[in-house]
Amino acid sequence: MDMEQSRNLSQVAEPTSLQRQTDDSFFTSNSVQKRINRRIWLDWLARKVFFFSMIFALLVLGVLIVQVVRDSIGWLDVQFLTSNLSRFAEKAGIKGAIRGSAMLMLVVIPTSVIIGVATAVYLEEFAHKGRFHAFIQTNIANLAGVPSVIFGLLGLTVFGRLFGLGSSILAGGLTLSLLVLPTIVVASQEAIRAVPGFLRDASYGLGATHWTTIWRIVLPTAMPGILTGTILAISRAIGETAPLVVLGIPTLIMKLPDSIMDDFTALPIQIYYWTLDAVLTKEYANLAAATIIILMALLFALNSIAIVIRNKYSHKY
Amino acid sequence: MNQQTASQPGLMTQNAYDVKDLNLWYGDHHALKDVSLEIQKNQVTSIIGPSGCGKSTFVKTLNRMVEEVPGVRTTGNIMYHGRNILDPDIKVEALRARVGMVFQKPNPFPKSILNNVTFGPKLHGIHDKKKLLEIAEKSLVDAALWDEVKDRLHDNAYGLSGGQQQRLCIARCLAVEPDVLLLDEPTSALDPIASFKVEELIDQLKARYSIVIVTHSMQQAARISDMTAFFLNGEVIEYDRTEIMFARPADERTNNYISGRFG
Amino acid sequence: MNSIESAAPQKPRRNFKLKSRKYERYIPAFFILAASISIITTVGIVLTLFNDALHFFRAVPLKDVFSTELAPLAAEPKFGFIPLITGTVLTSLIAMLVATPIGLTAAIYMSQFATDRVRKVVKPIIELLAGIPTIVYGFFAYSFVTPLLTRLIPTLEAKNVLSPGIVMGIMIIPLVTSLSEDAMSSVPNAIREAALGLGSTKLEASVQVVLPAALSGVIASIVLGISRAVGETMIVAIASGSSKRFTLDVTQSIQTMTGYIVEFTSGDAGSGTIGYYSLYAVGLILFAFTLLLNMTAQHISRKFREVY
Repeated sequence: MDMEQSRNLSQVAEPTSLQRQTDDSFFTSNSVQKRINRRIWLDWLARKVFFFSMIFALLVLGVLIVQVVRDSIGWLDVQFLTSNLSRFAEKAGIKGAIRGSAMLMLVVIPTSVIIGVATAVYLEEFAHKGRFHAFIQTNIANLAGVPSVIFGLLGLTVFGRLFGLGSSILAGGLTLSLLVLPTIVVASQEAIRAVPGFLRDASYGLGATHWTTIWRIVLPTAMPGILTGTILAISRAIGETAPLVVLGIPTLIMKLPDSIMDDFTALPIQIYYWTLDAVLTKEYANLAAATIIILMALLFALNSIAIVIRNKYSHKY
Repeated sequence: MNQQTASQPGLMTQNAYDVKDLNLWYGDHHALKDVSLEIQKNQVTSIIGPSGCGKSTFVKTLNRMVEEVPGVRTTGNIMYHGRNILDPDIKVEALRARVGMVFQKPNPFPKSILNNVTFGPKLHGIHDKKKLLEIAEKSLVDAALWDEVKDRLHDNAYGLSGGQQQRLCIARCLAVEPDVLLLDEPTSALDPIASFKVEELIDQLKARYSIVIVTHSMQQAARISDMTAFFLNGEVIEYDRTEIMFARPADERTNNYISGRFG
Repeated sequence: MNSIESAAPQKPRRNFKLKSRKYERYIPAFFILAASISIITTVGIVLTLFNDALHFFRAVPLKDVFSTELAPLAAEPKFGFIPLITGTVLTSLIAMLVATPIGLTAAIYMSQFATDRVRKVVKPIIELLAGIPTIVYGFFAYSFVTPLLTRLIPTLEAKNVLSPGIVMGIMIIPLVTSLSEDAMSSVPNAIREAALGLGSTKLEASVQVVLPAALSGVIASIVLGISRAVGETMIVAIASGSSKRFTLDVTQSIQTMTGYIVEFTSGDAGSGTIGYYSLYAVGLILFAFTLLLNMTAQHISRKFREVY
């Protein structure tokens, strides 16, 4: 009885109550139905707009690549890769920058990997999960968010002046190592944590010591994850400019670096200085664009290796 | 009173749903095979059967929730209020406003109790605070939850017990005044006392709503339902009044399931 | 019974102090040392900044520091930091005005509307964008964005606020998108289903149920975005110029805190001068800003993780 009454309210135009239709007029228009149509239309509109947002970033990437390629046409050739710097744009090349970046990585990789993986091993294998442990974790998380210029100031004061390393490769490398340290620590921690307990238990069950287990079981198993993290860190280090600028890397350096105590230039630094000076000498913009292509190609290669490692060696335990 | 309906014969039927030759595929998997059923009005219809037999899938086609899974294909008719709801012209949002669903695990929104219940009415354009409160009170009373929450309507729904949360979910459905309630194993996550309260509630609700309940407990089906459908491998094996089904099942498979020989 | 017990293999006890090899005793020490390097780094940063900033603050009265006159190389050097702070705030504001709506709506699409296939293709590409060195974005600002903006706004100066602001925003989009998308995806699907079951559209379910449920994760991502924008150097160093004039006009050149540090260390300040120490003072303020922002983001996202 109640039901019959409630279902026969078919008048009220304004929805002060849920519009009730009689059973056979369920699908005919009334204000709720109109409202439903409007809501569906809004959903459709949002879908279109949000989709555009999603591909906006991709579009920008496309535009960026096209722009850079266009600016570098004619300037990216073997002569560019094998020449030294020069005030004359047509003669200039990035031989020195490539060498500088490579030697920089020779410092960064061992330093950051050894310290970073060791820190991760300490946090996961040795430290008791107490206040000290949490302290180091928060510390690393905070370091990850410190702007790169600040690392530059640190490097300038400690490595550049205090240790007397000036603007050498060693100074730059040590500074960058500290910068990418958190990345390696976090990635290594995750990799170590992912090593399943039964592998460790098997090792202990055979009578191995803690250290033996770490060295022979845990680290090798975690290696793909650690490697991926390392590659990520190197990618970051290769492209970093600000700390090197703060350290005082010179604008024009002709001598190629022979040892890590020498002055140097690096790929991102060249991009920076050439872009700045492009206001005066338009051709410098082309040189910068060509260098960007080399840098991006390098990063692409690195990241591809990381993906291959991840796919090939990630076992699902 | 019912002049409009009198001029259109056959619509003032006794059935909430008329399902004819319903087939459903998840990709290549033929999940529902030639299902034909008449779900009766103001009755509790229970759907029983072993795991994977298609019970949940069937019930989810009744409000087209099954479409949220990509790659779903259906053929056949589900007549509801004289229209085939599988017709792509039918707007799913309109359908679901008339057919409420309660899920296996209580899933209240992480909002206040009041905001949970008024979510539906607000969708339909009711924003007057007094009116919303009225609707909320009525729904919570109908869901046998009002007395327990009337003093804490603004508290977060997660503070309620499992049984209370499930009744809140029922109230949430009732707030948009549906005529069908679909319950997908509503008590399987609840303790016996909470389950009992929900079953009592279902018994009260059937006076005003048509209820379809999926259950893996045959005792529950026997307790609360008027009609029972036995599904096996996506097909309806038997569909009859509950007393008859459990006392003298016509099909041997039904008999085997009910007596526990499999399932 | 005794024979059974003794016949069963004894479970070996893990004895970390097992000195089967002598050097193993020293191994933990090596690791503790390595772990402490991260602490030494932080201490080093704080000490370096404080030490030299103190020199600065002792030489320049606070009243002058909070003025709008900045001219470190003038005959009578002035060290008001307000122009740098407004420069940083302006560029970061524009960056977030770009990154937040685009990043958030992209995240909503990816987590609520997109099919698995689309998500699998798009997500890595967006991650790719996050890996582009900022100097490349700086070049992009100079060679593409500034000329484009100049055509739209003829009064735009060659070095201005808009161009680096917009490009920084684009750089931050991947950060906001991926963190917000993670937050929204971790909202249990059951809640979304409940909303759809009541007859909501996907948009309504996303905006009225999922987004509020994921709100603290989303806010954390925005705060992190702000922190990134504040600390960004190369894009502003290239595209915003080095004007130390105090202005709120986004078509004019300004300098940010980061830009100031980088400009000065490119050779202009001799060590021991107040100009040199001013770098560390600015660095200290910058460090404090970003530290505060990062800790806020961590706190917010911890609260979020507690719920789910």
